[in-house]
Amino acid sequence: MSLVISHLARRFGATPVLRGIDLEVRQGELVALLGPSGSGKTTLLRIIAGLDWPDAGGLSFDGADWLAKSAAERRIGFVFQHYALFPHMTVRDNIAFGLTVLPRASRPGKAQIAATVDGLLRFLQIEGLADRYPAELSGGQRQRVALGRAMAIEPRVLLLDEPFGALDAQVRRDLRRWLRGVHDSAGTTTIFVTHDQEEAFELADRVVVMNGGFIEQIGRPDEIYDHPATPFVARFLGLTVELPVTMRAGRAQAAGLDLAALPRRALPDGPATLFLRPADIEALPDPAAPFRVTEAASTGALLRIVAENGTGCRIEAEVPRREARALSVGQPVGLRIVAGQIFPGGTASAAAQAEPSRPLKEARS
Amino acid sequence: MTPATLAPRPDRRAQWLLIGLAVALTLFIVVVPLVYIFWRALSEGFAVFAQNILAPDTLHAIWLTSAVAVITLPVNLAVGIAAAWLIARFTFPGRKALLTIIELPFSISPIIAGVCYLLLYGRQGLLGPALAAGDVKILFALPGIVMVTLFVTGPFVAREVLPLMQAQGSEQEQAALTLGASGWQIFCRVTLPNIRWALLYGAVLATARAVGEFGAVSVVSGAIRGQTMTLPLQIELLFNDLNTVGAFAAASTLTLIALVVLVLKTVLEGRTR
Repeated sequence: MSLVISHLARRFGATPVLRGIDLEVRQGELVALLGPSGSGKTTLLRIIAGLDWPDAGGLSFDGADWLAKSAAERRIGFVFQHYALFPHMTVRDNIAFGLTVLPRASRPGKAQIAATVDGLLRFLQIEGLADRYPAELSGGQRQRVALGRAMAIEPRVLLLDEPFGALDAQVRRDLRRWLRGVHDSAGTTTIFVTHDQEEAFELADRVVVMNGGFIEQIGRPDEIYDHPATPFVARFLGLTVELPVTMRAGRAQAAGLDLAALPRRALPDGPATLFLRPADIEALPDPAAPFRVTEAASTGALLRIVAENGTGCRIEAEVPRREARALSVGQPVGLRIVAGQIFPGGTASAAAQAEPSRPLKEARS
Repeated sequence: MTPATLAPRPDRRAQWLLIGLAVALTLFIVVVPLVYIFWRALSEGFAVFAQNILAPDTLHAIWLTSAVAVITLPVNLAVGIAAAWLIARFTFPGRKALLTIIELPFSISPIIAGVCYLLLYGRQGLLGPALAAGDVKILFALPGIVMVTLFVTGPFVAREVLPLMQAQGSEQEQAALTLGASGWQIFCRVTLPNIRWALLYGAVLATARAVGEFGAVSVVSGAIRGQTMTLPLQIELLFNDLNTVGAFAAASTLTLIALVVLVLKTVLEGRTR
C-alpha cells in the first residue's frame, strides 16, 4: 500500500514546473514537500490529487494506475490552503458533503452520515461549531472543518496544501501538534506542502526538499538538517556562510581558520566550498590571527560579528554574547569552525551547482 | 490660528441651491412623468381604464410581451451561465473573442439588430427564399420577436455572473471534485448556490429589458394589429391613434411591471452586498 511517483514531468506552456520526480510514500507515512515558491511542490500535490495532469511519468497507488482515474475515483482528501469551504453550508453540511454525493447505492443513510459527522466533530474538537457557517469561524476553526470534510470520505491519502499558511504564529504551532496527533490516530498516509522549514521538520516523518522542479534531497528531518545533500539544501536550511577552502587528503584547509573539528570527507583534492551556519563559528581573541572584527552588533542573547582578513574573505558569525565580552571592532580573532558542509568546487561553481540542473543521483554523491 | 478657521466657511445658500436643483431635476425628469402616466390613465375613471386594458388588442399585446419574457428568460439563464462558466473556468483560443461577442449587443443600437434580422430573414433577405420555401415564418411573427429580444438581452446574465465567478475562483469546485461529486452535483450544490443572487439580478435586468424593448422589435414584428404588437408597440400605436387614455392605460401596465422589477432589483442588490 504505497504511493509511487516515477519520472513525473509537467510544464505550464514553455515553463517546466516538474522535471522528473521520483518518490515513494509508504502507508501511514507523514511526508512534507518542502521548497521555496516556484519549486513545483504544489503542482506535485495537485497531480497526486488528480486536479492537474502530468505531461510524462507515472503515478500509482497500491499497484493501480492513478493517472487513469479521476480525482473523484482516487478517493483522496485534499485540504486547500484557503480551505475552500462551501460558504452556503453549515459546518455539518460541509463535512457531510463527500458522503451525500455518493451514488445512491453506496450512500450511507441519513442517520449514519450524521453519526459519522458527529464522530469527526468530536475527533477534531469542534463539536460546538456544527451549525455555524464558515464565515462565522476563525482561521484555525476553518482549517479543522476543512480537514474534517476531507477525512469524512476516509481518504486513502490525505493531501494538504500549505495547511498553516493562512494562520498566525501561535495558532500555527498549536495546530501543528494537533495535526500530528490526528495523523497518528487516524493512520492515514499524509502528504503536505510547506515552504516553512521548521514546520516540515517538526511534523514530518520524511522531508522532500524541492527546488526548480527537482527533488534536491529526501530524508528524515535530522538527516537533512545534519547532512544537506546539495548547496541549495544547505542554503535553504540556513547554512548561509559560504567560505572557499582547499581540500587536502580529505581535510579542508583555509588560511586563518581552524577547521580541525570538521570530519574527513571523501572529496578530491582541490578547491571546495564550506557551507555553515553563523552559529557554528567560535571566535576567540588571538593577536596572531589574520581576521579582524569589523562589525559587532548585539541582539541581546547573541553578538552578531563580521570578521575580515584583508584579502576579501568576509565571515558573518553569531556567538553567545556572554562568551564574547572581549570581542570588539578591530580585535584580531581566530575562527574555529564547529560544523559545516563541504561541497566540491569553488564558491562560483558552488553557486552554479545550486541551480537545479542536475538529477538527484549526482547531487547525492 | 486654529485649523477650523482655515477651512472654507460653509456656504448654506450654495448647498440649498444644489439640493434644490437635484430635487427639481428628479421631479421633472422622473417622478412627474411617471405619476402623470397613472393620472392620465385613470383620468376618465377606473371603468374606462379597465375597458382600455381589456381591449382585445391591448390584452393580446400584454400576452405577447409576457410570452416573449417567459421564453427568453430560461434561454438567457442557460446561455449566460454557460458562457460565464466557460470564460471564468477555462482558457482556450477565442476566449477574448467570446467575451467581446457577449458584450456586442450592449454597444449596438437595437434598431440595427432589427434591421440586420430584416435583411437576413426578410423576403428579399439572404435566407428569405429558403425560409419561404420551407414555410418557416420568422419575421413578423413570434420567432423573430423572440430572437431579436434574445439578441438585445443576451449580455445581462453573463455580465452579472462572470465577475463573481472570476472573483470566487474554482477552488470550491475542485474541493467538491476531490470529495467525489459528479459534474452535475458540483453545479447544483456548489456553483449555483454561490452565484444565485447575481443570477437573479441578471435575470431581473434581462427580463425588464425584454419587456420594454421597442426599437429592435418594432422592425422585426411588422406591427400587425392584434398579432405581433408587443406592449411597447401597442402603446405607440394607441398614442398615434389619438387614444390617449388607451395609450396611458397600456403604458401604466408596462410601468407597473418596470416598478416591480425595479423593487426586486433593489432588494437583490441589498442582499448581494
